[in-house]
Amino acid sequence: MDNIQVIKEVTIEQGKVKINGLDFFHDESLEIGPFLKCLYKKLDLKYSKYYKMDYLCKLGFLASEVLLNGENDILTDSDDVAIVLANTSSSLHTDVKYQSSISEIPSPSVFVYTLPNIVIGEISIRNKFYGEHMFFVQSTYNKTELLDYTATLFASGSCKQAIVGWLEVDMEGAYCANLMLCQKNN
Amino acid sequence: MVYIAAHNIISPLGWTSEENFQQVVSDKSGIKLCSNRNISDSDFQASLIDEGVLKQKLAEHSGLENYTKLEQLSILSIKSIIKSVDVKSKRTGFIFSTTKGNIDQLHKHTNPSDVLLASCAQKIADYFGFTSKAQVVSNACISGLAAFIVAKRYIDAGLYENVVILGADVLSKFIVSGFQSFQSLSAEPCKPFDTNRNGLTLGEGVASLVLSRATNETSSQTIELVNGAIRNDANHISGPSRTGEGLFRAIQATLKDFKSIDAICAHGTATPFNDDMESQAIYRSGLATVPVFGLKGYFGHTLGAAGIIESIISILAMQKNIVIGTKGLLEQGVVSDINVVKENETKEITEFLKLMSGFGGCNAAIYFKKHG
Repeated sequence: MDNIQVIKEVTIEQGKVKINGLDFFHDESLEIGPFLKCLYKKLDLKYSKYYKMDYLCKLGFLASEVLLNGENDILTDSDDVAIVLANTSSSLHTDVKYQSSISEIPSPSVFVYTLPNIVIGEISIRNKFYGEHMFFVQSTYNKTELLDYTATLFASGSCKQAIVGWLEVDMEGAYCANLMLCQKNN
Repeated sequence: MVYIAAHNIISPLGWTSEENFQQVVSDKSGIKLCSNRNISDSDFQASLIDEGVLKQKLAEHSGLENYTKLEQLSILSIKSIIKSVDVKSKRTGFIFSTTKGNIDQLHKHTNPSDVLLASCAQKIADYFGFTSKAQVVSNACISGLAAFIVAKRYIDAGLYENVVILGADVLSKFIVSGFQSFQSLSAEPCKPFDTNRNGLTLGEGVASLVLSRATNETSSQTIELVNGAIRNDANHISGPSRTGEGLFRAIQATLKDFKSIDAICAHGTATPFNDDMESQAIYRSGLATVPVFGLKGYFGHTLGAAGIIESIISILAMQKNIVIGTKGLLEQGVVSDINVVKENETKEITEFLKLMSGFGGCNAAIYFKKHG
């Protein structure tokens, strides 16, 4: 993966948001719902589609907003930005929510979030990214493996930049995110 | 060069690729009205694997009692294709394509590890003794093609010599009720690209395939996986772009400037929006006159297995030079004027395109070429 340069990294866990290892935001509420609400406010966003998202999408959306903020060299309306994400629990948090609704009135607006790749769609819609993308499900976070895969995209000319990383919300709502903005190392 | 070395399909139409292909070209479908109350409170059209037949097959293989239905089918499928592959080599990869894996177990257990996709992949990998790390791709309905694309990239990068790809999903109340809630299931067997199409039909199936790096001269009829690409609509999470934006771009990225395609196997779910969208993307790509067919009328929509099942049928169609008739299509009725084929036709097929699209705005195209 010599052809990859990580130009920015955002980490979100236990109520803390870090950019390149430096504190960016901290909230006392450790639970995912209140925490994401505070982070959304902090970012001063007005994006109506946000409110209908499940936790995995909200987490990925906010992490991508922090990651892309100020990165004006990343073009929107672009085929050249790849998104490569992974986690362990897939969409299990929402799967459980959907499962419990089946005996009453199954909701299409919940069902659609029972797929882990929906978060890629949400980030793509927000930024008008049409590019190459992939969602892997893995037992543990292996950053090198994801970067190796991304290197194959750079090598084949499939993208010029890439958003790569880990977005996990488990069945109980425990969460963590690690997103990297990568570019081809010339 | 990456080529298809072996393959298997398990579906209601048969337990080998060849059996499935013969049923398809004989116009047989696995779809029928089902009254399985474990899966749906009301009767529904679907292509379901017969539990009795599965029991008979399992009786021929010991030691599979403690696996789920999805795992049993997956193991039986892979068993039939790996005779010539050293699965214990670090140079052999394993990629599992699925949307919901063992989600049918969610109501029975509280232990979440029972439904984790990576655990399921590892159980299947451990049965055979794979030593490389099992990889799961879960990208809605394009998952099967995503597995082909990832496998090719791994082989091109020199990580593996062979990759076993597996596609599997089984139907459960979880999945069926979800599509019912979207009101996207057809009351009759699905009618891809038809003017009266009114929704999709779900199906069950498992398929597996070995992709290998060619080491010497290719033999006659070898099918190469030339290229593949994934693109997003950047438009809506549960409805396709009306202009086929992502699929058009996936086709462009896959074919580059190459336009001499002999036939296309479309996604063709038979929902009004999907088939219109695909017709737009095919038309915009300059492929309006190329024969197009869809296979959902034979298998239903087999979700994470669909890309692999439909690619295997397409590979056999290439080798036998048959453009397969689109079961369920009586009168074409899509927004762009493309050439969807109703009945089987004999045609020399060398260059071939397979398309899929799914929730999350994802779209995939892969390009096969026949040698010799």
